[in-house]
Amino acid sequence: MSDRLLDIRDLKVSFNTEDGVVRAVDGVSLAVEPGQVLAVVGESGSGKSVTVMTVLGLTRSPNANFEGSVTYQGTDLVTASDEELRRVRGAEIAMIFQDPMASLDPVYKIGDQIAEQILAHEDVSKEAAHTRAIELLDRVGIPRARDRVDAYPHEFSGGMRQRVMIAMALSCSPSVLIADEPTTALDVTIQAQILKELDGLRAATDAGIILVTHDLGVVADIADRVLVMYGGRVVEEGTLDEIFYDPQHPYTWGLLGSIPRLDRGRADRLPAIPGLPPSLLSPPEGCHFRPRCPHAFDKCTQVPPLEERSGNPGHRDRCWLDVEAKRTRRIVGDQIGLAAEVTA
Amino acid sequence: MGRFIVRRLIGMVVVLFAISVITFLIFNVIPNGDPAERLGGHNVSKTQLIAIRHQWGFDRSIPVQYLKTMQNIFNGDLISYSNHINVIDEIWHDIPHTLSLAIGAAIMWMVFAVALGVFSAMRVGKFSDRLLTVLSLIGISMPVFWVGALMNYYLGFKAGIFPNGGYVNLTDDPVQWAYHLIMPWTALSILFIGVYSRVLRSNILDTVNEDFVRTARAKGISERQVLVRHVLRNSLIPIVSLWGLDFGAVIGGGAILTEKVFNLQGVGQYAADSISALDVPPVLTITIFGAFFIVLLNTLVDITYAWLDPRIRPT
Repeated sequence: MSDRLLDIRDLKVSFNTEDGVVRAVDGVSLAVEPGQVLAVVGESGSGKSVTVMTVLGLTRSPNANFEGSVTYQGTDLVTASDEELRRVRGAEIAMIFQDPMASLDPVYKIGDQIAEQILAHEDVSKEAAHTRAIELLDRVGIPRARDRVDAYPHEFSGGMRQRVMIAMALSCSPSVLIADEPTTALDVTIQAQILKELDGLRAATDAGIILVTHDLGVVADIADRVLVMYGGRVVEEGTLDEIFYDPQHPYTWGLLGSIPRLDRGRADRLPAIPGLPPSLLSPPEGCHFRPRCPHAFDKCTQVPPLEERSGNPGHRDRCWLDVEAKRTRRIVGDQIGLAAEVTA
Repeated sequence: MGRFIVRRLIGMVVVLFAISVITFLIFNVIPNGDPAERLGGHNVSKTQLIAIRHQWGFDRSIPVQYLKTMQNIFNGDLISYSNHINVIDEIWHDIPHTLSLAIGAAIMWMVFAVALGVFSAMRVGKFSDRLLTVLSLIGISMPVFWVGALMNYYLGFKAGIFPNGGYVNLTDDPVQWAYHLIMPWTALSILFIGVYSRVLRSNILDTVNEDFVRTARAKGISERQVLVRHVLRNSLIPIVSLWGLDFGAVIGGGAILTEKVFNLQGVGQYAADSISALDVPPVLTITIFGAFFIVLLNTLVDITYAWLDPRIRPT
């Protein structure tokens, strides 16, 4: 806990829309340490992308309201000036986005787009930046980097473009790397390669990585700590093992139960969490998961605080059920799941 | 790229041939089109008419007449039926007038459209954006002969700020040249400024939501660089092609009304006068001339487009 690279405290982000105020992020705290991969997991609309985009000020707009703090090296990035933010972006904290097909500017060469970032932060010549772009492309496994540096994005496949995005993110040796669903738009074989790339990077550079995903399979591959988000709040956080083997929140059970498994019988339907994610315009009172939760009881109309309940330090959750009840109720058949939905 | 250009040049020849044939045929089938009567004047006798027809070749078959006319165009020997002037010489004389109008106006409408389009997009939804929307709609709705006439009357005749039409050669007096052209440039540009600034505004508003703009921002480049290098660069691609096409169309006849209203004595005005006199040689030549510019600018636009947008580059 001592050396936190990035410290998000009680972050709240809301957007004024024509229909009302959307509370996209409602009190999220998290910290990133060097060499650690923190996975932020949740379904669409859970606020995970908004949380990480806010770190770089990418959610700033006249309609957005912010509370809480995002501290990086003593500076609060929520209130930082545009120029302070600009110096952090790309140089200290870099980001990889979900859709590599759309994330590169179609009219510039790959190398120029990487060099643009280097030139924005370092006082080097264009030639030096170009040479570094070639080295970076080589490092992320682009074959014939010297020739490919002059290619345009449309000449690359999705996986290759994501490698280019990674090369770009690495160009100024950032100390924090945010990967927002980096593998979602890619096919499975490429996914594994990109994850391996990120994992190697953490080892090589000691950067802290925030990995945003909805895919627990991705999490299991490389995460150290996991943060489960639901309806704009963190509902559970812990180490990878705690989340996978001793999950405390019914939503986490549901997520784990809905992973397709080869050892499940063919006759069984893949369990899904019933219902829909909450509307962040008018979220349910109390626990946001209550309307979908088969284990909900009267107390759930009050918001449970994020507390250590399982007895393991650092393993926190937001569920009123007592620990013993959780440990029996989460077993469905011989696996973890959300009881009501398992049908034969 | 070389093959692409050659293919376009061949296409251009085919288009020009087709256009010249169609124009020639139209003037042969419209009533009251007998050029011999116009050449002979009011009190011409039957024998004189026959002599004229024979002398000018009107008694030959239509394909032969067509070929003869085309030959004259390319040799520069084509003579107008109504006033016996050499058509090619007249067009050469008029071209600087038309080009002065078209080039100046094209620069003017592009500069104003980009400025207003960017301004509007940056203040989207605010009062100034709405005001510009209304103004551009008004601009698009005003016909050039009406605006031109109003300008001539109020700014030229009544207030005396600008000269009432006419053309001064650039080489004779550049200041007077520009002074005489300010009203025509403005009148011709208003419509295009309205259209282009609207198109650019909506292009920009689409582009700012692109993922690559977010990437650019996340890189740590300044907001101005994000806007100019990434948003504007991508938003301008369709505008540039529109610009080339409209520029070609203006030279190829789109400025007829403007030239006429401001008495610029350009190719367009020559065309208008020749059409009302049913004078085939200049009309035919100017039609080919106009078609040539439209096709040429189309080709240039395609080449520029490939240069601006690497995705459509032929490889």
